Amino acid sequence: MAYRDEVVIDDRSRGIFRVHRSAMTSDQVFGDERARIFEHCWLYVGHESEIAKPGDYVRRWIGGRPVIFLRDAAGTVRVHFNTCTHRGATLCREESGNTRVFQCFYHAWTFDTSGRLVVTPGGDAYGPGFDKADYGLRGPVRVEEYRGLYFLNHDENAMDLRSYLAGAAEYLDLVLDQADEGMRIVGGAHRYSAKANWKLMIENSIDGYHAPTVHATYIDFVKDSGGGQNPAALNSGGGLDLGNGHAVIESQAAWARPIAYWEPFFGDAARPEIEAKRAALISRYGAERGERIAGNFRNILIFPNLIINDVAAITVRRVEPVAPDRVAVEAWALAPVEEAEGSPALQRRLDSFLTFLGPGGFASPDDVEALESCQQGFAAQPRVEWSDISRGMTRVPQPADELQIRTFWRAWASQLDGAGFPPQVADVEAPQVTVQAVRS
Amino acid sequence: MTAVTAPRDTALRSRIEDFLYAEAALLDEWRLDDWLKLFTLDARYEVPSTDRPDGRPATALMLVSDTRSMIDARVKRLNSRKAYREFPWSRTRRLVGNVRVLDALPSGELEVTANFAVYRSRGGRTHCYAGRYAYRLVPDGETFLIAFRRAELDQETLDEHGTLSIIL
Repeated sequence: MAYRDEVVIDDRSRGIFRVHRSAMTSDQVFGDERARIFEHCWLYVGHESEIAKPGDYVRRWIGGRPVIFLRDAAGTVRVHFNTCTHRGATLCREESGNTRVFQCFYHAWTFDTSGRLVVTPGGDAYGPGFDKADYGLRGPVRVEEYRGLYFLNHDENAMDLRSYLAGAAEYLDLVLDQADEGMRIVGGAHRYSAKANWKLMIENSIDGYHAPTVHATYIDFVKDSGGGQNPAALNSGGGLDLGNGHAVIESQAAWARPIAYWEPFFGDAARPEIEAKRAALISRYGAERGERIAGNFRNILIFPNLIINDVAAITVRRVEPVAPDRVAVEAWALAPVEEAEGSPALQRRLDSFLTFLGPGGFASPDDVEALESCQQGFAAQPRVEWSDISRGMTRVPQPADELQIRTFWRAWASQLDGAGFPPQVADVEAPQVTVQAVRS
Repeated sequence: MTAVTAPRDTALRSRIEDFLYAEAALLDEWRLDDWLKLFTLDARYEVPSTDRPDGRPATALMLVSDTRSMIDARVKRLNSRKAYREFPWSRTRRLVGNVRVLDALPSGELEVTANFAVYRSRGGRTHCYAGRYAYRLVPDGETFLIAFRRAELDQETLDEHGTLSIIL
């Protein structure tokens, strides 16, 4: 089966873009994704701040596999598969902590943090062919980082992470440069789910079109708390193809940002500090970049399954496919280190985060409802087979258009066809539309 | 007789139980405007993240960290036809038990804990949120007002529930 043309219809001259709904329901598609995308693309594991000290570890499931993300005794960040090399038992059985060794509870094989097997009780029972060195913990063949964000890759021939990130690195910088002393993950994770395909969660995370409808109650809340939705947010900026399937939608902030767009929600007392932060960013990075860092919303997709949304706060959202009709989400708050625990700045950030984001917020539950209702609607196949993602395809992208979602789907189809990543869309997708003609 | 089995002020506990049962009924009946009347003007409502049940809003990402005005906003949202996760409203059934008065503060406020099981049924599925409440209650005549209300979930994730769209 060819995914391009059969599952994803991309007719740029006519402005037609359709995705066949079997992409969200088929076991075969799910298996192909595992084999051809999740075995070859860089997958986000965690942030360096989660394992700040030697011996610190967290465990999680990445692309369906159990891993331990840790900093070894020598300070090197590593990823081990969380399975004893002896008989398979789960080695690390706590969510997080600090340790000098991992001792398997089954037969007490013991590994140091670098993964070396150091103890096999009753070792004299093993024959001359048994070598402890053969039984070190296994890990993904590649682990690389970009500014504290760690990724793994199971393909030893994959391009390096920095090349893979392509144009997305510039947008990650716009997020990470908000901090004076680096970023950290705040304690406490949002672990939620949807009975829906994982790609619906990706689409939704970079979709501006649904905000006024699905999030009407949130916009009412913004008005009630003394803010007005910034009208410029609706007609400034737009979606961009960042290469290698990565995409962004960037626009002026629609409402308050802890760094750095004051609105009444934050209270009058916070205004000088937020405006001083904005001024500091402008003085450090110049007016254009400083204003952009402080005053813009950006929803960033790192293909295939990492979302970093820099909106009412910064969320790092890892989307984990579980089954064709089931997705798990793990999401964290990213904050500048200088926003110390207990400080008003951190409190503002977390309060702002929770109004919109997360499974108990005023917006995300309604997103999950939308995704689940789509998944139910897909049961109408084959009588209703196609979803439409063509909005804005023949014009310069606007914030409510869908170029950034098409960027995901083009990379998805191309990867599944074994054809690498598709060419990056530079300005507009339709060949007959020139940028000058549209903008004049 | 050990401290664990020492007789308590059963009359006080009984009044608190009546109050908590009545509160649960208001929530199950979606009488959210009446529920709001149970709170003091500076009340807070919190739900910590599932991986950090001891999390505090000043230092950790919570699931819910509502000031009184946010509680009001939450109720307004849930009363709207546009809070789509809860329109139509789910059916909920709360079981509140193991009520204990932990402390009486010099201010007269009472520290109370209770266990909960909140069943939510909607769209062909029923899920249970299980956990522990922590309340700080202000005596108000024969009844009480809620100054602080916290629901700590036992579930390690919301994988089964999807989201937390109801008030726990």
